[in-house]
Amino acid sequence: MDKNTLLNITIGDLFLKHPYTKDFFIDHLIPFEGHENYSINKLFEVIDEEIIEDKAINIELFINNILEYIDLMSSYFVSENVVENKVTIFPGTYKDGTAETFDMIEISKGEIISIVGPTGSGKSRLLADIEWAANLDTPTKRKVLINGRVLEPHERFSASNKLVAQLSQNMNFVMDLTVEEFLDLHATSRMVEDKDDMVNKIFAKANELAGEGFSKNTPITQLSGGQSRALMIADTAILSKSPIILIDEIENAGIDRKKALELLVTEEKIVLMSTHDPILALMGDKRIVINNGGIEKVIDTTDEERNILTELESLDDTMMKMRNRLRYGKKLTFKEDL
Amino acid sequence: MDLITVSGPPSSGKTAILMKTISNFLSRGVKVGVVKFDCLFTDDDIYFEKLGIPVRKGLSGSLCPDHYFVSNIEEVVQWGIEQKVDLLITESAGLCNRCSPYIKNIKAVCVIDNLSGINTPKKIGPMLKSADIVVITKGDIVSQAEREVYTMKVQSVNPKAIIMHVNGLNGQGAFELSTLIYDETKNVTTLEGEKLRYPMPAALCSYCLGETRIGKDHQMGNVRKIDLSGKNG
Ligand SMILES: Nc1nc2c(ncn2[C@@H]2O[C@H](COP(=O)(O)OP(=O)(O)OP(=O)(O)O)[C@@H](O)[C@H]2O)c(=O)[nH]1
Ligand SMILES: Nc1ncnc2c1ncn2[C@@H]1O[C@H](COP(=O)(O)OP(=O)(O)OP(=O)(O)O)[C@@H](O)[C@H]1O
Ligand SMILES: [Mg+2]
Ligand SMILES: [Mg+2]
Ligand SMILES: [Zn+2]
Ligand SMILES: [Zn+2]
Repeated sequence: MDKNTLLNITIGDLFLKHPYTKDFFIDHLIPFEGHENYSINKLFEVIDEEIIEDKAINIELFINNILEYIDLMSSYFVSENVVENKVTIFPGTYKDGTAETFDMIEISKGEIISIVGPTGSGKSRLLADIEWAANLDTPTKRKVLINGRVLEPHERFSASNKLVAQLSQNMNFVMDLTVEEFLDLHATSRMVEDKDDMVNKIFAKANELAGEGFSKNTPITQLSGGQSRALMIADTAILSKSPIILIDEIENAGIDRKKALELLVTEEKIVLMSTHDPILALMGDKRIVINNGGIEKVIDTTDEERNILTELESLDDTMMKMRNRLRYGKKLTFKEDL
Repeated sequence: MDLITVSGPPSSGKTAILMKTISNFLSRGVKVGVVKFDCLFTDDDIYFEKLGIPVRKGLSGSLCPDHYFVSNIEEVVQWGIEQKVDLLITESAGLCNRCSPYIKNIKAVCVIDNLSGINTPKKIGPMLKSADIVVITKGDIVSQAEREVYTMKVQSVNPKAIIMHVNGLNGQGAFELSTLIYDETKNVTTLEGEKLRYPMPAALCSYCLGETRIGKDHQMGNVRKIDLSGKNG
């Protein structure tokens, strides 16, 4: 949009054409209410000098910024076509500074990789290296290529870094928002087309995953650990088109991890998940073993292990059933439960 | 010598990210000096001194720290030149959300954290709105989704800025920041005649000073000078 058009169309029309501009007016404390049929030019003629002074409004800056913002937002709508899809990790150092010994690890589209290792060994660190596309500039000094190349600075800083979606171990919410407001804002930031529909879908899925349901009006800061986790899983799965998904310890929140994983993993993606859970570890095609901050080995899941996985899953089913019966006040019996 | 001004709400992580960024500079052989501006108290000089770089601090006391900053910045620049640093960084705590210390043609960095609430970006005013680079810290504490929402809010009040996440604890992002803020071809010799990016309301200052009488005659800025001679500012 050029400056002339911007200054002369009515504010109401501007909001219709670029809905996000309304928030822009609000965030810049511009008093436009009741003047929607004015143009920006006219609006600034009628606003009181005193209000302009009071709210620290700089008209010229505002106009330049809104033009910039419209350009920026429009550029996000251009489709993000990721043709190739590959993550390459080059060795860095262990916590004690000695060099990692692998040559290079390459992960391609469709692969699920689990990351195992004792607590504190550096699993989350590896995920963070990938999210950040480390370039010798993290504590591990690793280098990570996405689709065979080092990311450009603007891709690393990008507000909507769409290449990587991360479900982190930290699930604190600090924002003073309800579930619905939060999902709505997140959908806005991800530039999705059918926002309301998305929000409803995420909300429904999250409730399905969480043991105890919650409402759209629940403040996010009041969600339990499991509920927050369920919300973030549904959010990541449904909202993000990112080709690379990083999952940090999905098992710890008393949610159905199999259901959660099914939701998150689709064929086209690369999935890396850090876990202490043997079932999740064996669900990977490979597992990266970490110790003392360094990658020790990469092991392919064997056929024998896959058979063991089937066995483990039926044990897990038994556990789940018992857990649910206990949760809902039942008593366990040998006959019924084992 | 290049000059950058770093500002941001109290405890947003300015010193933490600057320490990490300066370490990057030092390992590349860039000489850095820091002057910290604050209101009543600061320990930041002790932290910066640990890096073995020239440091000064100035406390504004009863004055608005940003007003105090402008009244002293020229002297600070001359001090930096005397110290023969390649890059002079000023850190100031933005205490009143209405003022900002940014100067036209001098790179301005605003540091805010992810924890300060969804409406903070819109409350901060010129300090955020007219910054060239906005650094968001403490991303390790919140989820990716919250980081994205927060970033969007920042972007909406300052679409021109480069917005980046830097972790003040482990330094993730500090290397990038160091490449963005320093321009070795830039040579600031004086700020005489340069202009603030945004006017500071005079009224705020005299009333900060304890003025109670109402009326134009009483709304004047008080100027106090920073002491750059000794160790303890
Ligand atoms: N978790 C976390 N903590 C951080 C991060 N950055 C800074 N902190 C912590 O936040 C606190 C305040 O950081 P400072 O760097 O002193 O903040 P400041 O903006 O310089 O504060 P003043 O100079 O007093 O205005 C310290 O305890 C830091 O360790 C971060 O990225 N993550
Ligand atoms: N190679 C390394 N060099 C230096 N520091 C490292 C390295 N790897 C990990 N660290 C640091 O060690 C600490 C613990 O690592 P991390 O949180 O990744 O462990 P974890 O395996 O995820 O543990 P948990 O299972 O408890 O979640 C972090 O502060 C991390 O930055
Ligand atoms: Mg971890
Ligand atoms: Mg500080
Ligand atoms: Zn002020
Ligand atoms: Zn003042």
